[in-house]
Order: sequence, then C-alpha cells, then structure tokens
Amino acid sequence: MRLRLTFTKTDSLKYIGHLDLHRTLERTLRRAGLPLAYSQGFNPQPKMNLAEALPLGITSECEVMDVWLETHIDLEQAKKDLDRATPPGMQILSLNEVDERLPPLQTQVVAAEYRVTVSGGVTVDLASRARELLSQDSIMRERRGKHYDLRPLIESLSVEENILVMKLSARDGATGRPDEVLKALGVEGEQVHRSNLFFVP
Amino acid sequence: MSNDTITDMNYFEIQHALDRVLLTVSKPGRYAGGEYNQVVKDWSQIQTRVALAFPDIYDLGMSNLGMMTLYKSVNDQNDLLAERVYSPWIDMEEVMRRENIPLYSLETKHALTDFDLIGISLPYEQLYSNVLNLLSLAHMPLLAKDRDEKFPLVIAGGHACYNPEPMTDFIDAFLIGEGEEAIVDVARCVGEWKAQGKVGGKTELLSRVAQLEGFYVPSFYKVDYNSDGTIQKVTPTHADAPLTVLKRIVPVMPPPVTRFIVPSIDIVHNRAPIEIMRGCTRGCRFCHAGMVTRPVRERSVEEIVQAVGEMIRSTGFEEVSLLSLSSSDYGEISTLVKAIGERYAGKNLSVSLPSLRIESFSVDLMDQLKDTKRNGFTLAPEAATERMRRIINKFVPTEQVLETAREIYSRGWHTIKLYFMIGHPSETLEDVQAIADLCKAVRAEGKKIMGHRAQVNAGVSTFVPKPHTPFQWSPVADVETSKQKQALLKSQLRGLKLNWNNPFETQLEAWFSRGDRRLGKVLLEAHYRGAKFDAWHDHFSYETWREAFAAADLDIAFYNYRQRSETEIFAWDHIDAAVKKKFMLQDWQWSQNEKTRVDCRDQCFACGILPKFSQLRQNTPAEAWECPTVTPKELRGQLLVSNTVSLEAIA
Repeated sequence: MRLRLTFTKTDSLKYIGHLDLHRTLERTLRRAGLPLAYSQGFNPQPKMNLAEALPLGITSECEVMDVWLETHIDLEQAKKDLDRATPPGMQILSLNEVDERLPPLQTQVVAAEYRVTVSGGVTVDLASRARELLSQDSIMRERRGKHYDLRPLIESLSVEENILVMKLSARDGATGRPDEVLKALGVEGEQVHRSNLFFVP
Repeated sequence: MSNDTITDMNYFEIQHALDRVLLTVSKPGRYAGGEYNQVVKDWSQIQTRVALAFPDIYDLGMSNLGMMTLYKSVNDQNDLLAERVYSPWIDMEEVMRRENIPLYSLETKHALTDFDLIGISLPYEQLYSNVLNLLSLAHMPLLAKDRDEKFPLVIAGGHACYNPEPMTDFIDAFLIGEGEEAIVDVARCVGEWKAQGKVGGKTELLSRVAQLEGFYVPSFYKVDYNSDGTIQKVTPTHADAPLTVLKRIVPVMPPPVTRFIVPSIDIVHNRAPIEIMRGCTRGCRFCHAGMVTRPVRERSVEEIVQAVGEMIRSTGFEEVSLLSLSSSDYGEISTLVKAIGERYAGKNLSVSLPSLRIESFSVDLMDQLKDTKRNGFTLAPEAATERMRRIINKFVPTEQVLETAREIYSRGWHTIKLYFMIGHPSETLEDVQAIADLCKAVRAEGKKIMGHRAQVNAGVSTFVPKPHTPFQWSPVADVETSKQKQALLKSQLRGLKLNWNNPFETQLEAWFSRGDRRLGKVLLEAHYRGAKFDAWHDHFSYETWREAFAAADLDIAFYNYRQRSETEIFAWDHIDAAVKKKFMLQDWQWSQNEKTRVDCRDQCFACGILPKFSQLRQNTPAEAWECPTVTPKELRGQLLVSNTVSLEAIA
C-alpha cells in the first residue's frame, strides 16, 4: 500500500535538515505502528520518499511524503496513531492512499510557494522592489561558486498585506531558493514559510 | 521579592534572540529543544525547578542514560520540574557571548539562573573544565563561595564525584552515589527552604542538604596537609556535616526509563538503552565502576522485556541496547536474550548487548539477538599475559580467547575488536609485546576460517588508577613510558587497525581522578587560559594545563607519578563508597602477589557493602541483591539458612 502524507514542519523542527527530517519521520511512522515496507539488501531501509527538500530555517505547511506499507491499513485509525506519534512542530494534514504505479513523488514537483515576513516590514517599499526585480531579463547570481540566472526561476512575486509571496520553480536542476530572491531584493526575511507545493497536473 | 533573584534575559527574550542567531551556527537543532517526549510543565505552576546539565554538547549528553533517568525521576513528581541543559559548541558559545545570551534550558528557554537547583552530571574528569565554562555561560560566579542565596544551588553527581575534591571550589554540594531518589530529596529540600523565604540564607540551605543521605557539602570540611603535600586530616567544621559521607543507593532499581526524548538530529548513540543490571561481581582491580556500583542488583526478565516493548513503541528508535557492566553475569541472561530475540529482534530493530564475557556462550547470545549485520564482535581481555591477568584479577586464559575468536569468525563476523589496557602496575615490555602477539594470533585464527576478510581492531587505552579501587595506590605511567609502549604496539601491529589514547590526555584524567581540592586553583587557571572540551582531541591542550599547574604552584608529578604509601590518607577517604579501604588494600597486596579472587557471587569476600547497608539489605528481598542476606542478630542461632552471612563475619 502506498500512502501519501501532507504535513507541517514548524517550531523547533525548522532547525533540522533534510536527512534529520527523514529519520524523524521514520521514527514517527514506527511509533505510530504502521507496517512499514523495507528495502531489500544488507541494510534495509523503510521505503519512503519526500517530495522536496526544505532549506534549513524555513517553516512549512505543505510537506509531502510517500511511504510504502506491507499491508493495507485503515486510514482513519492510522491518522489517529500518527497524531499521537508526531513530534511538536509536525502535524499530519492529510493521509491518502495513492496508486502504486505513480511516478516517484520528487519527479513530480514543479514549483513551490513561499510567504515571507520581511525584517523592517512596512518601512521597505516591497512592492516596487518586487516589480523592479521582475522587470529584469536576467538576474545573475552566484551560489557556491556557480553562476546562474535567478530570473527564470521566479514564476511570480507579489506583496499581500506586507507579506512577500513568491512562487519559485522547483524542477530537477532548476530550483529557486527564497533566500536568493530575498538577497536580490536587498531585504532580509524574518520568517520564511513554504505555503504550497505544485505538482505536475 | 525583587531582590530575591538574579535578573537576566527572560525566556521570551532568549527565544527571540535564538530565532535571530540559530541559523548562523552549525547543527542548530542542538539548541532548539522541542523533541518528541520532552516534558514541558507549566513553569508558573511549579514552585521548584531543576535544571539538569550535562557539560558537553547535546550530541553526547543526549545519549547519557543517567541524565534521562534523573529527568524522569524529577518530572514524575507533580511538584517539581526538570529541564535539560548542554554545553554549546564553540561556534554557538561565541554567538551567545557576543549577544549576551545566558545559558538556557531547552524545554522553556529559561536562563539557568531562573532555576532553583542545577544538577550537573559528572561521569568523567575530562568534563571538569566544561563545568567552569558552563557556569560562566550561565552568568554565574564560578566559585561556590561567591554565589549567595540569590543563585540556584549547584550540585553535581556521577561516577567522577566519588572523588569530588578537585571540584569543591565550584560546586555547592555533591551527590555521592545513585541519584534516582536523592535528586527528588534535594529538590524538595531546596523547595521547602525557598517557600520559607530562603530562611537563614545559603548556609542554612547547605546545612539542610548536608543532612540528606548521600550529600557532601565540601565547604563544611577543612583539609590539613603534611609537609610532603599529602593529606594530614579532613575535619568537618559544621555540626551537620558527617565525618564520612556514605554513598546513596536505591535498594531496588526503580522502573526503567522508557519514554526517552527522541532527538530530531543525529547524535552519538541513536538508541534506547536499558540497564539490565547494576554493579558487577567480577572484582577487576582497575575497574572503578565495578567497585563503586556494588551491590549487584538485577532487573527481572519480565520487567526488561516489557520495558523494551514500551521503548520501541514510545521512541521509534531503530536500536535497543541492554546495558550492564558484565552482561554475561546477568542471572537469567539466556532467558532474557531468547525472549528479546524472539519478540523484537529482526531486520528492523537491532539489539545490542555489550560487555560480554570471553567465551563461546557469548557468541550464542549474539546469535539469538539476530545480529544480521555482523559488523564486529567486541572482546575485552584487558591484558595478554597470564601474570598480568592475575594482577588485574581478570583471568581469561589465552586459549579461551582464541577459542572464542574461532567461534566468532566461524559464525560470520568479520571483525573482532579487542580491548586492552597498558600501564597496569608492574607492567613490562613483555606484557605489551604479548598484546601484539595475541592480536596477531586472533587474526591468524580468523584467516584460517575466512581468509583475508578476517579483521582485528585493537583498542589500547592507558590505565588510570581510580579512587576507591584496589589500584588507587598505584602510580600512573608517565608520558614517555606510555609512548614507548604504544610505539612497540604500532610497529608490531602494522596492517591492523589500532586505536590508542593520547598519553597527555591520560595525564589529565589521572590528575583529577586522585586529586585533592588544591587542584581547584589549577582548574580556575586553566579556565582563564581557555581550557574546555578536554574530552575532544582537537581541543585538549597539555600546554594550557602545564601552565595552569605552574600558576597554581602545584606539581604534576605529585599527583600522578609517586607510589602512594599504604598508610596515606587519600583526598577521598571521607567519601564512603561502602567498599572498605582495608579490603582494597588487601586486594592491592594480593595483586602484587598475583593472587586472584573468584567472582563474589560464588564467595562473599566481605568488601564492606553488607555492614554499611545491613538495614537496607534486611529490608530488601533476598533475590534483589547478589550479596548474601544478612541475619539480624536476634534471629541468629534460630535459623540456619544457606548463603547467609553474619554481620560479624564480614565486618
């Protein structure tokens, strides 16, 4: 049985990285008593996939994971068991069975939406800075010694009630990072939150 | 009340500051708290608040069973709360000092000075410098005498505290022995005094603490020295301070911790441990734990099996570890291993069972635990010549080591880890050569069975004489001698994985193991020179400590290299670990004559436990201790019970 879970990653959990989150989820699933399916081989691991790594320090309400189980389970009961087993900062938002034959989750992500509370907030004219950034044809940036163009990775950028909302590409090899957009805007994010993940239709 | 407490950042300000800085340090998950199973109580509703501190980083401290045990003991009480504190790593310390963030608790982010009691875990001496740093990060005066009643009471406990003297300048009171009940007693004592408006100030509090079983208040004792630097006498200076402080024990091991806090980041030991037995009956003469944790008490098979189930359910850990000093000696080890193996062990959960005896039976036990990975099998012969094995009283014939090795390799383990010690009393280069020979012989057995895949890893540590052991009179091997012995091993064991201790680090452990309270000055001088994280090879600086000794006008050689006379009064003689000095002296003399003792399950040697705890023994079920039962005087002569000793016979 293949399960798809949507969950939050907030509070202290925003300080743990991708691998640690993986392990935290593994333990959460074990505590919930779900009949995890394990990989074959010398060092069996539970079969699970996370949709899209979340950079350290960012909170989220839209993390998605697939996990394989050895037997069919009752979803309502599983939800209850999971609610007992999640650490603070993690809340299971939804739990569905999905078709076993669907392609791997991480190949299906296309974009992510982030909502950012900017330091200094109202004093900065965010909207005009955003418009100016979007009007550029290319935004050359350097990250870890590599030059790349940030502009095509920004799908949309707007301001809603002093919150900066950005939709960034999240395709394989073309993933926009919110901190890079903030640097390009010349502002600092006080709180960065992932509010949505978009998948191949 | 406004003058009653210290004002530092409040928890809200600390949380806010952390939100600003945590993303600038490595592994911020260490400093955030909020893990599964952490206990967060309503701060405003609880009168007495305890901070439990482990003076090393989260990654290590979170793996410490003692901390979790005390956390449970305190938090199980409705009127108390306990929260955790660990040392920040270098980068976080810099940030905290720069931003003036005080050391805080992980659960609610309260500054340490907001607590009523700080309990510091001191399992080993390499952490001492970190304790000073911890107090400094908590914005507290380092010296106990400079902290008045506005500050939390600072206590320390753990195996290193069986000789608390080097730390007496900094710690208000030490808990000698087992903490499960004692931590609750001292917390209530502090709470009551606080509720009475801190009546009588800190002196009154200390005099109350000094009357609690197992607590040592060092400021109530005066030490006089002889002209040669040895101790002349230790005298209590306060009416409430006992002549000697007898260690505290629990007559029966309390229910084990099962709801471990599950770290959200990778730490040193990712596992749920359970102590299956406390104490050891083997009587290895170098072993501190084996002497200070007597009497031997076991948990029942049912309790362990049930607890393991609860641990798996409540933590989701992938590994469970059955801990004791000598697992093979656990009375029902076969039954236990069979039950755990059948119920829980398998591809998705590994069960580790360290500290097994060197015998084929141990291989059967590991087989039953379905150790499918077969990574390595650990054996600890400690010494390689029969003479040396008699001296240390850990007698395992070489043929038995080889026989066990054959069994291990033939059942599919590729690697055998062999642990030895160098620097035992009267050790010669021949004894060291024998270590190399034994390693090679074990590998040769392996090669016969599985060819070149057979591996031996040798771990060779340097012996440190510990207080309250029969070797407490022995000198420490100096750096040159240790280096010479290590060089011999390195040249002999090429192609074999060999681990050894830095002999300079060994010196530090040795100074403090048998040091006196004059070493407080050394610690302070070393702290001012930046000493911290001495347990971390990259951070330990021998030069710093040498300078600190010079500044304190003390001689390194005095603490480590002299042969102590049999009549010397030791700095820790007023701390009573219940095993008599007379017994240890006899054992020291036997050792010099290569005379061994059998396991004390087979014969009681009257080490001192029974007379010291006779009342407790009488009130405890016979099967709860491995020590024989004690016949109360009035019943003697009417009863004839086997395996019973009279108190006179052992006193």
